[in-house]
Amino acid sequence: MKLFEFKAKELLSKYGMPVPKGVVASTANIVKDFPYPAAIKAQVLAGGRGKAGGIKFANSFDEAKGAFDQIIGMNIKGYEVKQVLVEEKLDIAKELYLSFTIDRRVGTTLLMASTEGGVDIESVPDEKIFKAHMSPLIGLQPFIIRNLTKALELTKEEGKKLGQIVRVLYNAYEKEDAELAEINPLVLTEEGNFVAGDAKITLDDNALYRHPEYKDMDRNLDPLEIEAKKKGIAFVKLDGDIGVIANGAGLTMATLDVLNAKGGKGGVFLDLGGTDDPQRVKEAFYLMEMAKPSVILLNIFGGITKCDTVALGVKEALEEKKMDIPVVARIKGLHEKEAKEILKDAGMIPANTISEAAEEVVRVRGA
Amino acid sequence: MSILVNQNTKVIIQGITGHQGTFHAKAMLDFGTKVVGGVTPGKGGSEVHGVPVFDGVRESVEETGANASMVLVPAPFAMDACFEALDAGIELLVLITERIPFHDAMRIMSYAKSKDAHVIGPNTPGIISPGLCKIGIMPSHIFKKGNVGILSRSGTLTYEIVSWITESGLGQSTCMGIGGDPIIGITFIDGMELMEEDDDTEAVVLVGEIGGTAEEDAAEYVPSMKKKVYAYIAGQTAPAEKRMGHAGAIISRGKGTAESKIKAFDKVGVPVASLPSDIPKLITG
Repeated sequence: MKLFEFKAKELLSKYGMPVPKGVVASTANIVKDFPYPAAIKAQVLAGGRGKAGGIKFANSFDEAKGAFDQIIGMNIKGYEVKQVLVEEKLDIAKELYLSFTIDRRVGTTLLMASTEGGVDIESVPDEKIFKAHMSPLIGLQPFIIRNLTKALELTKEEGKKLGQIVRVLYNAYEKEDAELAEINPLVLTEEGNFVAGDAKITLDDNALYRHPEYKDMDRNLDPLEIEAKKKGIAFVKLDGDIGVIANGAGLTMATLDVLNAKGGKGGVFLDLGGTDDPQRVKEAFYLMEMAKPSVILLNIFGGITKCDTVALGVKEALEEKKMDIPVVARIKGLHEKEAKEILKDAGMIPANTISEAAEEVVRVRGA
Repeated sequence: MSILVNQNTKVIIQGITGHQGTFHAKAMLDFGTKVVGGVTPGKGGSEVHGVPVFDGVRESVEETGANASMVLVPAPFAMDACFEALDAGIELLVLITERIPFHDAMRIMSYAKSKDAHVIGPNTPGIISPGLCKIGIMPSHIFKKGNVGILSRSGTLTYEIVSWITESGLGQSTCMGIGGDPIIGITFIDGMELMEEDDDTEAVVLVGEIGGTAEEDAAEYVPSMKKKVYAYIAGQTAPAEKRMGHAGAIISRGKGTAESKIKAFDKVGVPVASLPSDIPKLITG
């Protein structure tokens, strides 16, 4: 779960991170008495908002109103801006970069820091980035901070202050089960203090059970995706109009790929998982119906999952909801014969292979 | 021969008394796996399908000589279960559990490394060498002894490909799910190294998907192998920044696209199947 900048800063400041004074708002009236000059920043879960015009500066409330008009409602990489963060303008002496991420290639935490902050870290040359992989068994140790401050060639005073910031960020990263905790830029002010200019935090969805406080937090998901998440069903909304249901994430992706190759366009990715519980199959179909696909492509491989039990769930769902969406079903494996009978009985269009099913879906959609 | 497991591997199941544990204990016993014990704290002294249940892993290892464990413990308790097994000297952990927090997974892998133990998974269907040993939850009946080695990041998609391989008349030497999570133990490259040395394996099939760089890394390793490698990549039409069912299947900040993986395989001459059913055709030529 990605956090908005203002949420990320709220969280980090709980751990002792210095952040600029700021207010979240969706209309300008709220920031009438804000001590200007201020930065007005679009709150979206996409990078590159600066380039897209999502950050403006205002010297007065009047200018702020103008900035609100421009930014609220703006579309940045497919996300509509609904809120802005109004923040005191910082006197910037230097901009640094600091992050903790999970390096999946190595399987440990990667600490990165650079004096070339304020730009995309991907564009910073490797020799300008301090990197340290950290064993989760020992965590952040003083020697790592010593190496970091030495590599960044900071003054003794700056190094000491930065060490504190690194510790605070690591604490938040570890205690909140984050996949990513990034401060870019980490601003060194003219007065010589560090302040988090921006903050990006992604929390690990798998660890949310340890953090019930995030349970109902605003998510930048489609309402149906939120509904699916509550039910523990993997559901992703896509651009097309054809609903794809399969069992297993890999198989669902593969089915979607074949469908696209045959000229169809997936509108829903729905992974049933390893279930053959008819009740769960029904719930999955109800979700699919809410997405209003033109055709449904059902692809089941029954290894341990019994095909006929899945088929029964599908049949009941179609009957109970009186669904008239055509379903093309390819079903293979355990109790395949019985399953095919049930599906035929329910009026579904049978197919023997994924390709055949995809071709049939495209044909039915066109008809 | 086979990789990582053989007919002498002695297996315990952590979480054997649960619904899944009981079901798969039976399936593994039927397959011929030496399931020597199970562990469920508080249920010591009972039996599941004739297999003795212990309260702790150390006790089960002392009594049975087990050297491998299949972990079916729910995610919130999985790290503790893995630590317990590693601490008791288990050499191979097959971590079936999905949705383990990433920070926990990192701790498990680091501790395993310090103990020189192997971890398969998490979020894996396990490992199977037809005729020898199965530690996992795969449907045994679709497998047939043969010479194709399979390494995969997914479950059902692997079964789909395995069934095509079996139907074509070929069979499998070892099939291992490396796990659908971002933090895993044994990697594609580890598996490829083992299969290169394995006399029973003649060809290696990699079933990859979007997210991370495991396939790109595997492609770099291919030129050092004598055995032929084939691949399939799922998620060619998946959108960016969306987790496609598996925790590890996400194109993030432009990295982990299917395109990049297919390009990497093309560069080293690894044929990439466009359909799961095309794999046996590629192998037989």
